[in-house]
This record gives sequence, structure tokens and C-alpha cells, in this order.
Amino acid sequence: MTVGLFIPCYVDQFYPKAAIATLELLEKAGVQVEFPARQTCCGQPMANSGFEHLTSGCNELLVENFAQYDYIVSPSGSCVLHVKEHLHSHKQEAQAQNIRGKVYELVEFLTDVLKVESLNARFPHKVGLHQSCHGQRGLRLSQMTERVEPPFSKPEQLLNLVQGLELIPLSRKDECCGFGGTFCVTEEAVSVKMGKDRITDHLQHGAEVITGSDMSCLMHLEGILRRQKSNVKVMHIAEILNAQEA
Amino acid sequence: MMGAGKTRDHSALADVFNQDEPRVNWHDETLWFIRQKRDKAAFAIPDWELLRETASQIKAHTLSHLSQYLQEFEKNAQANGITVHWAADAQEHNEIVFSILQKHGVDRMVKSKSMLTEECHLNDYLARHGIEVIDSDLGERIVQLAQEPPSHIVLPCIHKKKEEIGEIFHEHLGTEAGMSDPQVLTETARQHLRETFLTRRAALTGVNFAVAETGEFVVCTNEGNADMGAHLADVHIASMGIEKLIPRREHLGVFLRLLTRSATGQPITTYSSHFRKPRPGHEMHVVLVDNGRSVQLGREDFRNSLKCIRCGACMNTCPVYRRSGGHSYKSAVAGPIGSILAPNLDMKKHADLPFASTLCGSCTNVCPVKIDIHDQLYKWRQVVVQEGHVDAKKAAGMKAMAAVLSSPATFKLAGKAGRLFMRRVPLLVNNSFNPWYKQREMPQPPNESFREWYRKNRKQHDQ
Repeated sequence: MTVGLFIPCYVDQFYPKAAIATLELLEKAGVQVEFPARQTCCGQPMANSGFEHLTSGCNELLVENFAQYDYIVSPSGSCVLHVKEHLHSHKQEAQAQNIRGKVYELVEFLTDVLKVESLNARFPHKVGLHQSCHGQRGLRLSQMTERVEPPFSKPEQLLNLVQGLELIPLSRKDECCGFGGTFCVTEEAVSVKMGKDRITDHLQHGAEVITGSDMSCLMHLEGILRRQKSNVKVMHIAEILNAQEA
Repeated sequence: MMGAGKTRDHSALADVFNQDEPRVNWHDETLWFIRQKRDKAAFAIPDWELLRETASQIKAHTLSHLSQYLQEFEKNAQANGITVHWAADAQEHNEIVFSILQKHGVDRMVKSKSMLTEECHLNDYLARHGIEVIDSDLGERIVQLAQEPPSHIVLPCIHKKKEEIGEIFHEHLGTEAGMSDPQVLTETARQHLRETFLTRRAALTGVNFAVAETGEFVVCTNEGNADMGAHLADVHIASMGIEKLIPRREHLGVFLRLLTRSATGQPITTYSSHFRKPRPGHEMHVVLVDNGRSVQLGREDFRNSLKCIRCGACMNTCPVYRRSGGHSYKSAVAGPIGSILAPNLDMKKHADLPFASTLCGSCTNVCPVKIDIHDQLYKWRQVVVQEGHVDAKKAAGMKAMAAVLSSPATFKLAGKAGRLFMRRVPLLVNNSFNPWYKQREMPQPPNESFREWYRKNRKQHDQ
């Protein structure tokens, strides 16, 4: 099995540690991983702003770079959801459709495809899980409070395999953080307020680290935490699942 | 009324709303409390998701046979003795209502449970024609006294604290200054409205559901004021959007179970009143209003927004609505559902609304009739941009971003240069022109990107 590693543009540039952890986790699970160097972005920043018609460059690049792999895995529920729902190609539409069916967010790839049941990881901290909306509601990584259905959570399933880790409860376990792509600047006031409210919930329940499967939400929360001069850190879930702390 | 001419967009109004943070917290918590009540009520019904699916399918069927069911409804309503009117738009609706009042020489009317008349701006129209309208729902009455539009379709004055309501009552209804006891205020409103009910000869109500097979309509209220108004008046006018139709009476069982649980977490409204025919010597009118609905029906991507039963659950759950308030949407129907309905009515005026969302998808999943609200918001964004209702600066920025991301070489270079600038000249990004930086720190740029790290540490897979 060869997996094409799809690293979101902003993770490549700002959060290489999350990407390295993703790569190492997959390698440790015995998967052959390749990072095609000519990849850029899924096109979501334009599409969510109403400029889907400008995403064909990104789309064609994605198809060129990833069509050959058995699976495409990415440490971002949001980018994966976008590819699943919107990837098209003028040149190779069949390949684009094929990719939509074999692209996975990291957590669901670990739980559903690799069926990971143990991890050699240790992270002795109080951790708050931020459920990113596109992963949770879009990819169904966990049960949502809106739906009347039995509870399940793929990220929690993995975090519970990490030694020493204590998951804290939250008052609102699946409320949006307010990042929302360009929403974070076009609706600055509401975006920040939503982020502050999420952070307050985590702090009130004693989080030392806030984690999640989307670095974009965490980048937004980190920006607010650092402005508040808080000691609480954000870490991508891959970094925690790959942690070897004493 | 808000919304006339060029006004501030959702973002600007939300910014103003957020200047009073404790108030935002109060507004958010009040509505979240209602969302939680909804959850409790929904989770008490094991077949909740099946119920949603059933309701969604009944509405889908009705919408795809709408003309047939409207004609069936008209025929049966007429057979019951109801006068049926057809209004193509808001103006025609208002003229029809006015003509009925004129015919009876009525210059004062009592009104209840109608967001449609808000959409049509009926009160303003009738006021200009010398007719006084009193809204009889407590919340509606409060905002009417305050000369504000409702901020929520089910909870019209949810943006007001009880102390503020006390002040309004003191000014208009003569309660003691500083009195904010809900019981006292409610009793005052009750006495004030009782006089209104007894003296009005015409009453207008909204319609929650109209049944094609029986020609009857159903109005759901908690206060019983729709009944009080309609039963005491000689003329009852019911205004309804054409999408309020359901084919059969048995379908009511599905919708009545969903409506109030979704709206407020109650199992059912106190009153579900069926109106079928006028009493002898009295008149009953139904005004069927299109006002853009058949245009929306023709838009394939947005058609099922017409399934909406106006429960307001999407507003209560929306993290943006809770933190920006209903008035920031400048539309009779605010929140997520308003943001997919309003662009159909006036795309230029409401071009900002599809963007007043993070696309978190909570709305879609609480919706009792399973409208894909957040997907429609995404689709409206595309339409709004294609139709040219977008800031030129934003369009240029998007083009530049697309160019960078479409070229691996440029992307690599731009990323490196960008990170370098952020480390060496942080003032370039950390300034007041950057909305991110206003209340958030910028990410700390690492020395190397992942792709640079990968080049050094792993075998290459360049093509």
C-alpha cells in the first residue's frame, strides 16, 4: 500500500511539525508514504469565498500529484472534505472522481483503514479536544450533538490509546471555533469572539493542551491564546499520537 | 425599519454588537439554553431522525406538486366558505389585506403569528393608509412598541433583557418605573391586549400549515392570542406563503411533533388551532403569497429552502447568529435560513449574508426538515460572486492567491519569502491593517517548511 501524503498549504508553511508527525505516524504503522513535491493546495480558500471558478489550477495539480496512489491521506478534515465534495478536473475527470473516493483524513485513515488498536505513544497532560466542524460533521469523525444517534468519536478512540493522556470534558463539545477560512478576517469580531469562547471552555476545564485534527482551527485558537499570553499550547492530534514524552 | 438604501453589512453590524461583550455572552447563553432544550426534546424521541427524513420527503413531494396542491387547497377552502386570494408579491399581498379592511370600514386590526407580514412590511404599508395594527404576540408587541423589527422568527424580542422590556412598558403601558418582574409585565400586556381583542373587528394571523385535502389551516401558538383575535373579530385574514402547504391532514402529525421540539424544546405548542370555515355571518380570507417563492422553486440548488417550517432551530444553534444578533442580518428572517432565503428576494442587498457563516454545518443537522443549509450558503457564495456582487479588492486578492497556488514553483518561493518577511520584518503583517492581528497573534513562521524538511530527510518523489 502506497499512500500519497497531502499536506495543506498553510501546514507546509507554518506547521511543519504537524506534517512530520503525520508522516512518522503513518510510517510507524508500516505504510509506505510519499510526499509528491509539486502539490500546493486543495483550493478551498478560493472556493469558500465564492471563487470556485478560480480553483481549476489547484484541482489539476491535485489530480496530477495524487492520482497514482492507493490512498491519499491528509492531516486536515477540512481540506479532505473539500476534495471529497468539490474536486473536478477538465483533463482527467475520472481520476478526480477516483481521488474523491480514496482521500482520507488522518484520524479516519488510522481508525477505519489501518484499524489501529494500539499506539506506542505517551503524553502525560490534560488535553482538550477541539472537534473541527468539517471533520466532525462533514466527514463524520464523531457523533454530533445535533443528531439523535449513538455516541462515537474516532479522535477520542485514538487519544485514549495514548499513555498518560487525560481528556478533559467540555461544556460545548462540538461548537465551531470561528475560524471559517476567510471568515476569520471578513467577520473578524464574531470569529474572535467564537474563538475566545472555545478557549474559555477549555481553560475552565483545565486543559494544558488543545488538540484537534485541523491545524487551521488550532492556528486561530493559538493566535488568541498567545495574545492572551496564555501558557496553554495547541498541538495537532498527529503530534500527540506520535509523542514519546517521558 | 432597517435595511433601506446602502447600509452596513453583517460584519460591520456584528462588530458593533460585539462591542458589549457581556451582552454578547448573555445573548449567546440565552439561545444556547434553548438549543439544549431542543436537544433534550429531540433525544427523547428515538425515531427523531426518521421523523426528520419523513418530514423532508413530504415537503419535497409537496414542492414538486405545488401547483396541484395549491389548486386542491383553493377548491376545498372555497367549498368550506373561505375566500382565497392570490398575491404575486408583497405589494399585492398588502393591497389585498387593505382592500378587505376597506370593504368593512375597519381602521384598526389585531395581528398574530406572522413573519410573512414582516417580510411584506405590512405594518408600514397599513400605517401609511391610516390603519393601526397591533401585534398581539407578547414578543412582537414588545418590539412593535420599541419600533424595532423582530430579531428572531420565533422569539422576536430575544435580544431584549427584561429590564429593557420593563422600561418600554413603563413608557408605553404605564407600569411602575424599574418594574421588570416578568409576571407583572406579562399581566400588564394581557390587560392591554384584552382591550384590543375586544374592540377589533378584523384579525390577521399567519399560517403554520395549510392542508390541501381539507382546505383548512393550522396556527400554532403558545399564548392563544391568534384564537382570541380570530374568534372575536368579524373578519379573519390568514396570510400564508405558498410553501406552507401539506397534502394531507395526517401529515400534520409529523410536523407538529417536529415543530415545537425544534423551536423551543416543548413537545407541542399550547394551541394548535385548526381553522376550517367562517362562523355564520363572519368572513374568513386566506391570502396565498408567492413573493419570490416560485423563483426559488425554479432554482434547483436552492429549491429545498422552501421546506422551511420556521422553527428557528438553525438560529438557536448558529454560533454566528448567537454572537451577532438577529438585527445584523437586516432581513425579516435572520440567521442561517434567512441567509439562504434573502438573496433570492434581493441578491444585491443581501449579498453579505451567505458569507455570515463559518459553514460549520450545525444548522443543517438541527433542521427538522433536513434543509442542506450550509451547502446552500456555499452555493449562494458562488452565485453572488458570479453575479458581480463582490468587492473588487477581494476579487483581485483571490485571483492573486489562485495564481500562486496554481504554480508549485511560485508557491514554494512565495512561502519562503513570506515566512522570511514575517520573521525579519514582522511589522509588515503585524499592523492595524491586518484584521487577523487585531485580536490574534500571527503564527510564528518556522525556519523551514515541511517540503524543505522532507527534501533533506526523505527520498524525493518529484515528477
